[in-house]
Amino acid sequence: MGKLFAGVAHRHGLGVAIFIGSAMTLWLFVLVVLPQIAMVTQSFRFNLPPAEQGGPADVWTLSNYAYFIFGNGDGLNSVDLWVLARTIGVALFVTIIDLCICYPIAFILAHSAKGMSARLIVLGLIVPFWVNEILRAFAFRILFGTTGMINETGMALGLWDVPFDFIRANVALYAGLAYAYILLMIFPIYNAVEALDHNQIEAARDMGASWLQVHRRVVLPFAKGGLASGATMVFMLTAGALAAPQILGGPSSLWFTQLVYQWFNDALNWPRGSAYAIILLVVCMALVLLGMRVFKVPFGAIGK
Amino acid sequence: MTKTVNLDHVTIRFGSYTAVDNVDLSIAGGEFFSFLGPSGCGKTTLLRCISGFVEPTAGRVLIGGKDMRGIGPNKRPTALIFQNLALFPLMSVADNIAFPLEVRGVSKRDRRRRADQLLELIALAGQGDKKVQELSGGQRQRVAIARALAVEPDILLLDEPLSALDLKLRQHMRTELRAIQKQVGLTFIYITHDQGEALIMSDRVAVMSAGVIEQIDVPAAIYDRPRTSFVASFVGETNALHGKVGAQEDDVVALDLPSGRRVFGLAGGNRRYRPGDACTIFIRPEQLKLATAESFNRLPASVIDIEFEGSTRHIRLEAEEAQLRLTLMNEGTPASLAPGDRLELSFDPEIASVLPSGPMAKA
Repeated sequence: MGKLFAGVAHRHGLGVAIFIGSAMTLWLFVLVVLPQIAMVTQSFRFNLPPAEQGGPADVWTLSNYAYFIFGNGDGLNSVDLWVLARTIGVALFVTIIDLCICYPIAFILAHSAKGMSARLIVLGLIVPFWVNEILRAFAFRILFGTTGMINETGMALGLWDVPFDFIRANVALYAGLAYAYILLMIFPIYNAVEALDHNQIEAARDMGASWLQVHRRVVLPFAKGGLASGATMVFMLTAGALAAPQILGGPSSLWFTQLVYQWFNDALNWPRGSAYAIILLVVCMALVLLGMRVFKVPFGAIGK
Repeated sequence: MTKTVNLDHVTIRFGSYTAVDNVDLSIAGGEFFSFLGPSGCGKTTLLRCISGFVEPTAGRVLIGGKDMRGIGPNKRPTALIFQNLALFPLMSVADNIAFPLEVRGVSKRDRRRRADQLLELIALAGQGDKKVQELSGGQRQRVAIARALAVEPDILLLDEPLSALDLKLRQHMRTELRAIQKQVGLTFIYITHDQGEALIMSDRVAVMSAGVIEQIDVPAAIYDRPRTSFVASFVGETNALHGKVGAQEDDVVALDLPSGRRVFGLAGGNRRYRPGDACTIFIRPEQLKLATAESFNRLPASVIDIEFEGSTRHIRLEAEEAQLRLTLMNEGTPASLAPGDRLELSFDPEIASVLPSGPMAKA
């Protein structure tokens, strides 16, 4: 750390080094580390009225975590466990969908599209994200509603006769989530694929490889770091999304973040909300690390 | 198996730009054929056209007599070696070599056997498990060749594969490439801007300029009997003197230089000139001699300076409003020439080419 600071100070001057150093420290320590420590500490306390805080009843406890697993003591807390499993499952599904959608786009952007068309593709990708996240979610709701454009078009074309409830079937939710973080998938993949020497693709083609083989053996291994980086971000953010599930989720399906939200805001049980938030974080991180081990991605590749 | 390659009036245009202009030639099976030309002359485009990455705008590419239109690079009996080799950095040497077999679904054991065979051919036996980055430049070069040979193509296309190597290695690889070609007996089509490479390795050379083939010939004829001013000046060093044709008898042309002096040379490309045609006579530096009493075809000149290069001396001279270069072998006698000396040169008309004054290659 000291060496890094000295290096920056030597190259850019002491003022810049102090600014970067203090900004980083503020960002990491005050905005990330401290609140997380507070959350972790809080999650091991009882939810006490202010009068009893600091009193004899204010002791360490595992009860908030125990509640997540056992509920109020009679068997497993199947509702909450199921919500977590479902959240993780859907987040994985959304990540895979995004991988499938974004890899071809990133590849075309990096290796086929030139000049004007490349700029148009990038604009087309970025501009919709100027619209606020909640508005975008509502736009999906309108699109997928029973009298929405998709139902109207489908029925007008005679593809189906009764409006299909995309909201209840969670199609709208999956689509909204998949769209929400698409840029965070495309750009890491684009960065990785763009660095690939185009001659390698042509060489593989020349040696008889089909397009599938070119991608499987040449492009994908090369882009693995970018894919991992994009997948990690999309998975983490999807699992932690709140607006899209609130607006687009079916009436009977809860997202795990909604449980966290309820504990904090409706039940005013901050310790339990903290415990739930920590559970989500730990499970997601464990899954990401597991995925990296399975696909043999070195940790440094994520930063690329 | 070897196959002929026929380029039947091939023209390639990109928008309004003509990269290759009506190239019509045929390459025999088992031949080492080079396209030689400056960068931007269209030689790489032509190679990409033969390999299938570019379709001709007009004309046909025939390989083994079969029209290749609409047949992709992966379906042609050609293998292309890229300028930067395009080895796969994440695969081992053996996996690189066996890649063309892998994509054809050859079993792992057979792939390994063939890779070992090829590693033997390129004198890298036992190094199959190394990473590509662990090899030296020359070794990578040979791996690229082995990879191209893995599926036994009929034609090997090489796009300036030696340009990234240092001089020593390049000279060594020339001999090696030629030896490999003789050993496997394939048709090699070689692209280069380095005349040394083209002359040393090739059976025949096609000299290209601005999308047009200037001359196709055996290397000695390219050097000794250039058919255009471009070829004369692009291939090897030469001296050019401009003048007007005085007379022609059979192949021998009398050229009147600006001073009024008349010199003799051979009409390049069996041309027939009329008196008064603007022509240039090209004489190689090593073919200029110091005149003796009985020499004819004389040229008075004065020495500008002398460069000593060990085995030879390069002497810069002024004659007929032009600068000339004369190369003398170092025969052990001390140099008796000094700047400012006046002397007389002569040359054999048989080795001097008289060509229409036209675009010359920039030296």
